[in-house]
Amino acid sequence: MTNPSESKEPLLTVEHLTMRFGGLTAVDNLSFAAYRDEITAVIGPNGAGKTTVFNCLTGFYRPSAGRLAMNVDGEALRLERLRGFKIARRARIARTFQNVRLFAGMTVLENLVVAQHNPLMAASAFSIAGLFDLPRFRAAERAAIDRARYWLEKLGLLENADWVAGALPYGAQRRLEIARALCTEPVLLCLDEPAAGLNPRESAELNNLLLAIRAEEGIGVLLIEHDMSVVMGISDHVIVLDYGRKIADGTPGEVRADPSVIKAYLGEDEAASADEAVFVAPAEAGAQGQPQQPTALPPGLGSDGPVSA
Amino acid sequence: MAAASGLAVDERTRPPLPWAPLLKDALLAAVIAALLALPLVGLQTYDIGGGALGIATHFDWVAWGAAAVFAGRLALRLLPQFRTGRRGTGPAPISRLTAWAGRQAVPITLAGIALAAALPFLPFSSRYLIDLGTTVLIYVMLGWGLNVVVGLAGLLDLGYVAFYAVGAYTFGLLARDLDFSFWEALPFSGLVAASFGILLGFPVLRLRGDYLAIVTLGFGEIIRIVLLNWASLTGGPNGIGGIPRPSFFGLAFARSAPEGVTTFHQFFGLEFSPDHRVIFLYFVILGMALITNLFTLRIRKLPLGRAWEALREDETACRALGINPTNVKLSAFAIGAMFGGLAGCFFATRQGFISPESFTFIESATILAIVVLGGMGSQMGVVLAAILLVSLPEFGRAFAEFRMLIFGAAMVAVMVWRPRGLIAHREPTVWLGTRRRAARIAP
Repeated sequence: MTNPSESKEPLLTVEHLTMRFGGLTAVDNLSFAAYRDEITAVIGPNGAGKTTVFNCLTGFYRPSAGRLAMNVDGEALRLERLRGFKIARRARIARTFQNVRLFAGMTVLENLVVAQHNPLMAASAFSIAGLFDLPRFRAAERAAIDRARYWLEKLGLLENADWVAGALPYGAQRRLEIARALCTEPVLLCLDEPAAGLNPRESAELNNLLLAIRAEEGIGVLLIEHDMSVVMGISDHVIVLDYGRKIADGTPGEVRADPSVIKAYLGEDEAASADEAVFVAPAEAGAQGQPQQPTALPPGLGSDGPVSA
Repeated sequence: MAAASGLAVDERTRPPLPWAPLLKDALLAAVIAALLALPLVGLQTYDIGGGALGIATHFDWVAWGAAAVFAGRLALRLLPQFRTGRRGTGPAPISRLTAWAGRQAVPITLAGIALAAALPFLPFSSRYLIDLGTTVLIYVMLGWGLNVVVGLAGLLDLGYVAFYAVGAYTFGLLARDLDFSFWEALPFSGLVAASFGILLGFPVLRLRGDYLAIVTLGFGEIIRIVLLNWASLTGGPNGIGGIPRPSFFGLAFARSAPEGVTTFHQFFGLEFSPDHRVIFLYFVILGMALITNLFTLRIRKLPLGRAWEALREDETACRALGINPTNVKLSAFAIGAMFGGLAGCFFATRQGFISPESFTFIESATILAIVVLGGMGSQMGVVLAAILLVSLPEFGRAFAEFRMLIFGAAMVAVMVWRPRGLIAHREPTVWLGTRRRAARIAP
C-alpha cells in the first residue's frame, strides 16, 4: 500500500525522543511523524510508553533527549523548548486524558468556554474591559459561546449544554473532553484512549466522529488506543511501541501482519502456536448483534482482542 | 394502594431491634466518658489556706455524666432504626430551601441590602447593634475576599489574616509618619496587601491542599511576628495609636473641630451626637463590602474567574488547555489579598489603634470557617455564616463561659447536616438555554 503522506510535509516530527525516569527508560529513541488530515495511532501493550510520549508532546514531561518539531502555519516550533501551558496556545496541540479530566463542578458549556480562555482573556483586556462589560468583550464572549455550540452540536451534547459536567454519563464525558480540546482550535488533536470504557455502539460513533474531524476540520489526530476496532478501522498510520521502542510503523494492514507486533502482544512462546487465533476472537462481538460494526474494519480484527490476551 | 399496603407490611415485619450490641455500644461509650470525666470532673482542687491545695471528689457528677452519655448514645443509635423506610425520596427541606434561595438570588440580595442599609434607623437599633453590624460586615468583606482564594480558586489559605494586618499597618504607618487620611491611604492598603499576596503566591505555586495550608499558616505567623518584633517601625506589641478617623468628604466627626475644619454636625446643622460617626463607619464598611461582592460576582463571569474555578476543579486539564496556572493563581492571591488589605485599612480607622494582637491565627480560622460554613464559593453563604459566627458569641454572652461551647456545637451541627456549607448551590456563569430550563445539578 502506498502512503500518501510520504510526499507531504509532516505536521509533527518526533526524532530520537528518549524519556528516562531514573534508571527506567520509558521511551527509547523514538522517531515518527504525524500529518495533517491523517489519523495516526500509537498502540502497544500496557506500559509500552504511549502516554509518556503524549506527556512529552504536550509539555507535561521534559524529554531527556530528542527533538519534537511542530509545524504550525509555516513556523517550526520546538515543543521541548516551550513551557507546558504554551504548547496548547502556540503549537496548537490539544489533548485529552486517559482518565477523563473535566471541570466536573462546572457546566458543560463552561467547560468549553474555559477552553477558550486565552482569546477571551485578551478580549477582556485582562479583565479590565470585562469588568465594565465593554462591547468588545461581549462580542468575544458571544463568539466563544457560538464556537462551543458548534462543537456541542457536532458531538451530540447540545441538549446537555447547561448540565453540570460531572453529572453526564461516562460516554458523554469522553465526548465532552474531546469537544473541549477542539474548542482550543488545535491543529493536532492528541487523544489518549478515547474509546476506553465506551460500549461498541459508542465506540463506532467515535470512529465516525474522528473520521469527520479529519475530513472536515483539516487537523491531524494522534491517537492512543487499545480498542482495535477503532485503531484498525480509522487510522491511516499505526505506530507500535513495546518497552519504549518502536517495533513497527505503517498502515494498519502492514502492522497487523508484522510478526514482531504479534510477538509483543502475545509473548514469544504463544505467538508461534496461537498465531492468528486471538485476532479472530473479536468476531463474537459481531455475533452478539452489533450492527454498527465499522465497515472499514479489516477482517479478523475487532475490539480489544490482542489487549486482553 | 399497593404501595401503601406494602409500606404497612414493612412496618409490621420490621426485624426486632438488636438490643445486645446497642446496649454494649452505649455502655462502652459511657465507660469511656466516665474514665475521661474522672480526672476532669470528678476531682476538683480547692485552696485549703496556707498556699496548699486540697482535693474534693465529685463522683456523683461523673456518674450522672456517664448515665447521660449512655442514654444519649443509645438514643443516637436507636434513631436510625425508627427512621428507615420513612425518609422521603426527595431532597431534604433545607436543600430545597437553599436551592430556592439560589434561584431567587436577586430579590433576596436586594432585600438583604435594603435591610442592611436601614438597620441604623430601625426603631430597635442601638449603638451596640450598629457596632455589631459593623463587625459582622468586616467579616463579611473578609469572607468575600477569602472566598476568591479558597472558594473560587480552591487554594486553601490559613494565613489570610496576614493581608488584613498588612492593610491595617499600611494605613497605620502612613497616618503616623506621612499624615495620610483614611481615604488617601485606602488604595495604598489595597495595593500593598495585593503585593504581599503575590509575594506569598510565588513560593506556594507548586503546592496544593495540606502543604499549601501549612505554608500559608506559616506566612500568617511570619507577618504577625515581624510586626511584633520590628519595634522601631511598627511599635512592636505597643502597636500604633491615634489613627485618624475617616471624614465625610472632608467633614470631621467631632464635637469641636480645630481651626479651619468644619465638622459634620455643624455643616448639616445637626445636634452633635457620637452616633453619627458610628453610623458613618457602618455605611463605609457596608459600601466596601458591597463593592467587594459586586467585583467578585462580575469577575466570576469573566475568563479570569472561570479560570480560577477551572483551576480548582483540575489544574492539569487547565495546563493542557493553555491556561497559565501561575498567572491564574497569583491573580487569585493578589485580588483576595487586596480585599483583605482594604478591610484591614477600615479596621485600623475604626479602632483608631492597631497591634499585632488583633491579627492572630484565630482570626484566620474564623474567616476560613465563615467561608467553609457558608458554602465554598457562595456569596450569600458567607453573609449567613458571618452573621452566625460573629453574632452567636455575642448573643451567647448570657451563657458566660459556655458560649464558646455553644459556638463550637453550632459549627459541628452545621457541618454534620450541611457538609458542603449552608448554601452549596453554585450558579453557572454562562447559559446556553434559558434559565427556566435550568441546569441539572449533580446529586
